[in-house]
Amino acid sequence: MTVLSVQNLDVRHGLLQAVRGVSFDLAKGDVLALVGANGAGKTTLLRSLAGAHLPASGRIMLNGHDMTAVPSHQRIAKGIALVPEGRRLFSQMTVEENLLLGKSAGRQGEWTVDRVFSAFPNLVPRRHAKTGHLSGGEQQATAIGRALMSNPDVLLLDEVSLGLSPLVVDRVYAQLQTLLTSGTTIILVEQDLGRAMAVASRVICMLEGRVVLDSPAKNVTRDQVTKAYFGLHRDSTGRVAS
Amino acid sequence: MIDTLIQGILLGGYYAVITCGLSFMFSVMRIINLAHGSLAVAAAYGLWLLASKFGISPFTGLLIVLPVMAATGWVLQRYLLERSARGGALLPILTTFGLAIVIDNLMFEQFGADTRSLAPFIGSLSYDSWELPGGTYVGKLAVMTMATAIALLGGLQVFLGRFALGRAIRATAEDPDTAGLVGIDARKANALAAAIAMVTVGIAGAFLGMRATFDPYSGGPQLLFAFEAAVIGGAGSLWGTLVGGIVLGLAQSLGAQVHPQGFLIGGHAVFLAVLFARLFFTGAPFIGKIGFYKTGFTKIRAAIRSTP
Repeated sequence: MTVLSVQNLDVRHGLLQAVRGVSFDLAKGDVLALVGANGAGKTTLLRSLAGAHLPASGRIMLNGHDMTAVPSHQRIAKGIALVPEGRRLFSQMTVEENLLLGKSAGRQGEWTVDRVFSAFPNLVPRRHAKTGHLSGGEQQATAIGRALMSNPDVLLLDEVSLGLSPLVVDRVYAQLQTLLTSGTTIILVEQDLGRAMAVASRVICMLEGRVVLDSPAKNVTRDQVTKAYFGLHRDSTGRVAS
Repeated sequence: MIDTLIQGILLGGYYAVITCGLSFMFSVMRIINLAHGSLAVAAAYGLWLLASKFGISPFTGLLIVLPVMAATGWVLQRYLLERSARGGALLPILTTFGLAIVIDNLMFEQFGADTRSLAPFIGSLSYDSWELPGGTYVGKLAVMTMATAIALLGGLQVFLGRFALGRAIRATAEDPDTAGLVGIDARKANALAAAIAMVTVGIAGAFLGMRATFDPYSGGPQLLFAFEAAVIGGAGSLWGTLVGGIVLGLAQSLGAQVHPQGFLIGGHAVFLAVLFARLFFTGAPFIGKIGFYKTGFTKIRAAIRSTP
């Protein structure tokens, strides 16, 4: 069953069209790796799905309901949660307070403060620390935990490894494994192709706002994705044949 | 001298109450509400009207006036301040300045230039006092004002720290865009914060009317005292508001001991000293709490050490 359906989505930043006619459907439990160079439109697409940036045209359907014009604070109540690029934690508030804010939308489910702490045990001793004082890995875990507290049907992860050391990224991805097998539909924006393809069931590569590759992860090689990433070997429709 | 200090501290309780709403609105919505004093006077007139026309005691009258003030705050935020804030940081200041003029003149048109007071409606509370050892007297109303300030600030502290709505207001104050992404309606949170601020303004208006006289143009001086206390204590800090109020009250009381005209000048002098120190050490006149003082002391210590 389709959980998230994106149809011909166009998103603009003023005169600049950042996302051009993007369409895809995701079923429950799908993990989509969204890759592409800087400026390809990945973050804009995710922010548009989360309601932080309203699209110029197209439709976003969640569980059969039209979300296109729904504001961000209501969209999370319907089941879409974003872990934004750069974490965007509330730095004057503690880890626990940040997690509790994730409950603001009022969605009930299996994710509670205790469950987040058991999924991210490195946060337990930092429970009452202000997030401005945390390490990058701890901040990322808190940001993911905050999004999970809304018990989302679709979780949008934007650049979870950005600014983190490789060791910390390993730890964050190890902690994400539980999440990846939990049945939550996930869209993962990631610069590290290897990591993204290792965890994803599907890969979409964007270039200049367009989808230039869309394939099940098992049917595409890293080389093909790399070529699409750099805009090589497009077919007549502008897409890379997979 | 001890009597002067005690009276100054208790006067600080009133300044803390009247500063609370100004500081709260600034820290949450980044709006300096120049209609703050006029709204407090309007609340005092509301209580006076209830007392003089219907015989309702000012304390009972608060049950009517405070919800009205809360509704006023909600409406002001949703239909005036929020819209003006879209035009940049300066526009809400001009808007609230204009609002103050409108409120002042409406009150003048309605009530005339006569001074009023709520003191006749609270029995002996306005002049009753307790005698402390050493022959110092403390007014019961002044003590009640200080207790109210502490309860108000403590209550706000608990609300902001322990309740989901309080956390939502803090999150909105820190980053309204991200607040939306975690499911908080930033517009609603701001309107709620404005409603809470106006409730504190209503309480301040009640104490203004009980401890002194007021007229339609009393709002300006009240705004000035609130602004001075907010700058001294740091507008981002609830307890800083109390400290700012007490410092201002002490400065005025001590100033009055130095010279008959020194009451106001003492407060202004301390305000200006702190303002210049803030600008010198941090570059920001309004924001900053204990960190400002730490930075200042560190810089002074470094300057002394580097002096040959």
